[in-house]
Amino acid sequence: MNNNDKPLEQITTKIWREEAEPDNPYAAAASYCAGYDVYGDLLGKASLIEYLWLLFKLNPPRKEQARMLESLAVALANPGPRDHSVRGAMNAGVGGSTRASALIAALSIGAGNLGGAREVFTAMQYWQQCGMDLDKWLKIIANPPHEEHTDVWPEMEHTPGFDPNGASCPTPVKQLLDHLIAIEHSAPLVWLQSHRPTLERHTDSPLAFSGVAAATLFALGFDPEQAEILFLMLRLPGAAAHALEQEKMGWSRYPFFGDKLTLTNDPGPSSNDD
Amino acid sequence: MMIEKERKNATGPERLKAFEDNWQTAMGAWIPGERAVLRGKNIFTELNNYSWMEFIVYAVTGEHNPKFAKLIEGLSLLSTSYPDPRLWNNRIAALAGTARSTGALALSAGIAASEASIYGLKPIKGALDFLYRASAKKRAGLTIESIVKHELKARRCVSGYGRPLTSIDERIAPALHFLAEIDADGGKYLQLAFEIEEYLKGSRYKYRMNIAAINAATAADLGVSVDDYYYTSTLAFIGGILPCHVDAKNKPEGMFFPLSVKRINSISSPSRTWIN
Repeated sequence: MNNNDKPLEQITTKIWREEAEPDNPYAAAASYCAGYDVYGDLLGKASLIEYLWLLFKLNPPRKEQARMLESLAVALANPGPRDHSVRGAMNAGVGGSTRASALIAALSIGAGNLGGAREVFTAMQYWQQCGMDLDKWLKIIANPPHEEHTDVWPEMEHTPGFDPNGASCPTPVKQLLDHLIAIEHSAPLVWLQSHRPTLERHTDSPLAFSGVAAATLFALGFDPEQAEILFLMLRLPGAAAHALEQEKMGWSRYPFFGDKLTLTNDPGPSSNDD
Repeated sequence: MMIEKERKNATGPERLKAFEDNWQTAMGAWIPGERAVLRGKNIFTELNNYSWMEFIVYAVTGEHNPKFAKLIEGLSLLSTSYPDPRLWNNRIAALAGTARSTGALALSAGIAASEASIYGLKPIKGALDFLYRASAKKRAGLTIESIVKHELKARRCVSGYGRPLTSIDERIAPALHFLAEIDADGGKYLQLAFEIEEYLKGSRYKYRMNIAAINAATAADLGVSVDDYYYTSTLAFIGGILPCHVDAKNKPEGMFFPLSVKRINSISSPSRTWIN
């Protein structure tokens, strides 16, 4: 099947460059990320957050940008054991499933429209369409765009970035927004803070972490696809730690909801009518 | 959902409280030490003679529909189970094999990736949605040409038509043969799918029908909803994913299409130094 006249198929990338070891064309002697020698220069100089930024943006962040992304990463790192995605990971843990499956569970659940990465993606699209124009926001809240039925994602059932099951805006959400604004007075975040009560009144729900994340990643110049995948990544540490903890605790110390499920159409012990 | 509707004016915390430790369901449950129930039927005594795919169709749709189950099995075998590790979802499973990961992780990643745009679940779901919309428009008096042109303008593609890598879909002939065998080749949606192809292949787009249009049309002829079709199609790829994983797992580790350094075509920035 090999045809030596054909050029080798290659992976084309702006992100990465490698130089081979002299004795092994399959091992890299040097790896460059956006021009920076990862093991010969970056290592020990760049923080994890700076390297993460570099991977996505191909240029280093300013100090304030790195601080904003780092603060967001800290805020998102552990949604806590009541969060849907973390619960998914813990279910893998208590059952003795593979550790990868714990993260797969957290990703699959945390990908969704309710508090998940797809919500951040959609909220970012709102930011792209509405920017800091309150009238546009109020219009899109009143008449949200409809997902194509051909898409695999369910329709959004609430305004993205706001918690449909909330009451008032939770203190940590406000604390995060305050903290992020203090770093650089980023215009979208300042706008969000000052118009939060109006937006919450019109959505009939409070601002959520997903909304702050979307606004922050919009302010930092990420696109919706990058924001979606960053949100997925940044929420994994807590899922991992809680899964490992519950794996050690075992299933018997973890809620099973034994008598909390009611089957409303139980045919009974000996039903045979078909 | 019932509780939610009853408490329409409740606050968020009130709604959550109503559901806390309270999951009411007609879908099913396990009664420990006794039995298990799916949609009101005892699995041991009422569903025990279903085929596995009939069981899945019943789980998804609530209907015992042996013809749809047979259709899924036959068309999945013929059209979405190619054991070729160059295909992207299969390749994920093969990479998991060569990297010595587990079968379930390979399969779950392969299924997840099957929710793709250029192949897999998006075109599968899109094709059925398009056929239902096209049929409604045709009944309203629109021509095939105007239906297709509108679709192309709105979505820049027609789900079920056109194919990456090759324009001819070799799966169509065996699929039609199978459909004839089970008497599922005479429906109006299948006819509509061919009418659309007839227009498209003569148009400047030169698109040919792909298997997604055939599969969707036969589901439409059975009245299957777009969502039910999507859910029952999520398993359609496992017949191709598993063998690709097994093959790579059974060969020496790391040997599945290895890439040397020169296989990276870097278009990145020239070398520079990090300044803190």
